[in-house]
Amino acid sequence: MKKVKADPKGVLTGAHYLDGDYALAEGALAAGCRFFAGYPITPSTETAERFSERIPSVGGVFIQMEDELASMAALIGASWGGKKVMTVTSGPGFSLMMENIGLACMMETPLVIANVQRGGPSTGLPTLTGQQDMMQVKWGSHGDYEIIALCPDSPQECFDLTIEAFNLSEIYRVPAFVMTDECVGHMHEKVVIPPAEEIELVERKWFKGPKDKYLPYKPDKDMIPFMVKAGDGYRFHTTGLTHDERGYPVINAECQDVCVRHMVEKIRMNADKIIKIEEDETDNAEIIVISYGITSRVTTRAVQQAKKAGIKVGTIRLITVWPFPEKRIKELAKKIKAFVVPEINYGQIVLEVERCTEGQAPAIHVPHCGGWVHDPDDIFKAIKEASK
Amino acid sequence: MVYFGDLKEKKGKIHIDKDRCKGCKFCVEYCPKDVLEMSEEFNVKGYHPPYIKNEDDCLYCQLCETICPEFAIFVTLKKEEEEGEKGESRS
Amino acid sequence: MKKEDHLEERNPMEDLLRMDRIPHIWCPGCGIGTVVTSFTEALRKSKIDLDKTAIVSGIGCTGRVAGYVKLDSFHTTHGRAVPFATGLKLANPELKVIVFSGDGDIAGIGGNHFIHAARRNMDITVICVNNFNYAMTGGQVAATTPTMANASTAPYGNYEYSFSLPYLAEASGATYVARWTALHLRRVTKSMQEALGKRGFSFIEVITPCVTLYARRNRLGDGLNLLKYYYEKSEIQHGADTRTLDISYQGKLIVGKFVDKEKPTFLECMNEHLGKVLGDKYQPYGVSHE
Repeated sequence: MKKVKADPKGVLTGAHYLDGDYALAEGALAAGCRFFAGYPITPSTETAERFSERIPSVGGVFIQMEDELASMAALIGASWGGKKVMTVTSGPGFSLMMENIGLACMMETPLVIANVQRGGPSTGLPTLTGQQDMMQVKWGSHGDYEIIALCPDSPQECFDLTIEAFNLSEIYRVPAFVMTDECVGHMHEKVVIPPAEEIELVERKWFKGPKDKYLPYKPDKDMIPFMVKAGDGYRFHTTGLTHDERGYPVINAECQDVCVRHMVEKIRMNADKIIKIEEDETDNAEIIVISYGITSRVTTRAVQQAKKAGIKVGTIRLITVWPFPEKRIKELAKKIKAFVVPEINYGQIVLEVERCTEGQAPAIHVPHCGGWVHDPDDIFKAIKEASK
Repeated sequence: MVYFGDLKEKKGKIHIDKDRCKGCKFCVEYCPKDVLEMSEEFNVKGYHPPYIKNEDDCLYCQLCETICPEFAIFVTLKKEEEEGEKGESRS
Repeated sequence: MKKEDHLEERNPMEDLLRMDRIPHIWCPGCGIGTVVTSFTEALRKSKIDLDKTAIVSGIGCTGRVAGYVKLDSFHTTHGRAVPFATGLKLANPELKVIVFSGDGDIAGIGGNHFIHAARRNMDITVICVNNFNYAMTGGQVAATTPTMANASTAPYGNYEYSFSLPYLAEASGATYVARWTALHLRRVTKSMQEALGKRGFSFIEVITPCVTLYARRNRLGDGLNLLKYYYEKSEIQHGADTRTLDISYQGKLIVGKFVDKEKPTFLECMNEHLGKVLGDKYQPYGVSHE
């Protein structure tokens, strides 16, 4: 991968008062995104609006496609045309994008999708928050594949993690997701955007060798194949069918084995480099609260109350939700009494936590079906129950 | 007979890739000079490829080349005709 | 002398085909190979920079074309070849992007995308091979299957009305619309050349024999019988009103070039308008290198 400088034209240096949606757009522009294809959907529309307003003076294309299916297809096409690309959506649009997310994984295409989650399922609560797509982001498309999903808890993180998502998608040639929610998306807070020189960006591994020696899917030493773009004369072929190193479809079980293992292992083998979590007082804790996104801010209050009540409680904030930090959870499960997992859904990431504890510590979920954030008292009650 | 300039019939050399043929008979049917005919032999896949019945009648019109769906037949100018005309139809 | 002989032995089409994948999977008598031959002829004759040409296909028999043509080629999901091509073209406006897909892919599942790309006058060329059914999956009824024809999911005959693709293309805003049959070899090539040299959304429908499915289910014979039908029933009417181009079962086939006009493309509109509104602040995008 190549380290590149951020283009100052796209970096709105300074301290701003922005909402999460706008911060996503600014993060994308700062990361070098110059193509956006989207479709309006509450509560993510502001990102598209901001991008369409800013891109003419930065240089690039904004196109509002006819639906989310077209948006995803256009995104993959534009990524193969050499651009850094992004779209933003919410639950119903996310479901529509699923088939082509599978195509992006199969073709190993770098791109970023932001999902400003809302209450679901179906049309659900268009204007109110939820964290109900956390399993869908990993398993939504058919087949076996791995993706990277990041969870910001503030407009500042919306900006920072979008840049991080672009970098990760470029390094690992995989779709990267920024899973915010309506609360963070519509919350206005201070967002500090640094000068362009201080922003670290990465570009995909470009192949520079002879034209007849290019194999689009031959893994390099780090398991990631080199990429080219259309128009460079490599005359490559890429397909959504199970393919070999040349990119040509090969329809048999042996090729499928190689293909699928590659797509999955390239993320799993590099999970340690990708996973980012924030731990607080977990070393001596009896109860650990695992949360992500807006819920982690509500958890802060509950944990304060718990500490006042004398409970030895620590927190883990998942910044990377996928790949899931299995190793750390397994490690901690041996030492603690219980995990408490509040999330604005009826139990999604708690299932992963449960799986990783291997029965050594219970994972207690604090569900909230959506529409608002938790009452800190509910989380505090759960922590108290767990410490008994 | 009046000849305009050096107007004369071009002659072509027909190349058939027998193993690619799938026996659809398009070339045989649409050759304007009946140069081709389906043979009785089998190719590697079990189809009957065409054979050249009258090569001298070939006009180098390249219709068989354009209509064949298998990229299995193509026509080049016969050696004697190349001077001054080589690659004319190929440009 | 011998080397020259050997050079002459090579089919000039092979430069544009992925020879390691030939012979292809299409049936004996299938017209797709013929359309691809016309296409390779058009690519050579139009003298465009082949390194800057990309071909995008969807799913289906015609969708396999991308896998056989030696350009930057993409085999995408069903119906999404047109928006993929839109993204590709917008990301790199120097590219000449061609969508080569079937009637079910472009006008069935991909109908919405087709309409909008034509509406926006995206600078891409769409070649739609129309064999009147969904062939790859076994010959199901499609939006283009003529009324009363048989198909595997219309075993008693198709009672739906069918699309007239040139009408749809013109109504959506395409700037070049033509229809030919696979038998009109050199006219297909010429149309493709014209479309490749033209800016804006170009649409070429090529009616092609489907022997194993459409012809067999309707007892129409083999490839030769279908070509004979095209020969007997096709009528060239350049500039005909696209409203009159419906195809009834084994009925008249009106072919020709129906629409050929000039209209600013999506990027041209974008650059012109934003340049006017924003003045110096606007960063022009993909300014053409003509």
